[in-house]
Amino acid sequence: MHRVRVVVAKPGLDGHDRGAKVVARALRDAGMEVVYTGLRQTPEQIVRTALEEGADAVGLSLLSGAHMELVPRVLRLLAENDAAEVPVFCGGVIPPEDAVRLVELGVLRVFTSRDTLPDIIEWAHATLRPLEVVE
Amino acid sequence: MTGTPLRETLESARRGDIRALARLMARAENHGITEADLGAPDVQGRTGAAGTVIGLTGPPGVGKSTFVSCLVAEYRRRGKRVAVLCFDPSSPLTGGALLGDRIRMQEHADDDGVFIRSVASRGHLGGLSVTARAMIATLLAVDFDVVLIETVGAGQSEVEVASVADRTIVVLAPGAGDGIQMAKAGVLEIADLYVVNKADQEGVHTMVRELRAMVALGTRDIPVVTTTAARREGAAEVIAALGTED
Ligand SMILES: Nc1nc2c(ncn2[C@@H]2O[C@H](COP(=O)(O)OP(=O)(O)OP(=O)(O)O)[C@@H](O)[C@H]2O)c(=O)[nH]1
Ligand SMILES: [Mg+2]
Repeated sequence: MHRVRVVVAKPGLDGHDRGAKVVARALRDAGMEVVYTGLRQTPEQIVRTALEEGADAVGLSLLSGAHMELVPRVLRLLAENDAAEVPVFCGGVIPPEDAVRLVELGVLRVFTSRDTLPDIIEWAHATLRPLEVVE
Repeated sequence: MTGTPLRETLESARRGDIRALARLMARAENHGITEADLGAPDVQGRTGAAGTVIGLTGPPGVGKSTFVSCLVAEYRRRGKRVAVLCFDPSSPLTGGALLGDRIRMQEHADDDGVFIRSVASRGHLGGLSVTARAMIATLLAVDFDVVLIETVGAGQSEVEVASVADRTIVVLAPGAGDGIQMAKAGVLEIADLYVVNKADQEGVHTMVRELRAMVALGTRDIPVVTTTAARREGAAEVIAALGTED
């Protein structure tokens, strides 16, 4: 049995991770195994964590305003590590035009303040699947 | 990479391919991996059994994860490659889990010589998971020098770790955890070493005295070491007291 494993991370320098924790708990309640990494993670730390943990998805919570720098960096590092197939989703304070751009760059989904927690859970249920393992 | 033979994946993992190791760990966790799978003689003739497995258990919140991070730092200073398996409980209702131990260990997240994996108990009682042994065997097979195991830490009878570890550390802290409850649960008996963490807090001396008195009544001499993991103090002393280094 392989449950969906999600790494929830909080890149950037601001010190608020309430939103990230709420999402992490909600995904747990939706039956997923959620690795929470805590505050102030660099893209390098997040990607290494995702690789070590065998993440089936990476959720990023961004409040610092640095999302256009941090998120593409996470995507690039995943690709450099042969892990471009690991879906990335984001939430936090992200203006709509930036959200469009991030999706163009490869983010699977950007959640805004209009999305409720049940929206996020419903999406995760419908979308996230275990990636393959060696047989 | 679907269908990559296990041996090939094992070789890649040994060469430091982190994705290969993560795949092996997923396989070990979800399907189990046998000694025969791993001990393949054609894999450069190594047995992969030379590493030391150290288990840490103890009540919630005593500082197990913080102290594991200190141990990792100290072993790294000594040039060892270190793997960590940290266990947390799965929800009995949904099967989901919030795996938060590695929050305290993220200083090592970008060190190539450290591999940290969070594991959900998936309903298994005893502090580990059903396939914990296979996961440990996999880490030893890819030549980690030290494998650190942090149990669920629910304060229940988490004695299983002693059967998979070369050395078992019971971590306590003043104020946290009821010593009598733990004694009843048999957790105190499995220790090769007691760590009294949060030595910066009141009540340490009393706790150390009580533990030493208890040890004196038993047949084995179990060292009691105080640590302040939050200030990175005590890991070298603990490693010395474990007696696993030459
Ligand atoms: N004062 C003090 N606090 C500490 C020390 N070591 C850890 N802590 C704090 O204790 C709290 C719990 O630490 P963890 O390392 O998460 O404890 P744990 O035993 O792994 O907790 P669980 O895995 O949830 O059972 C954190 O807030 C730490 O910062 C210490 O030496 N002194
Ligand atoms: Mg812990």
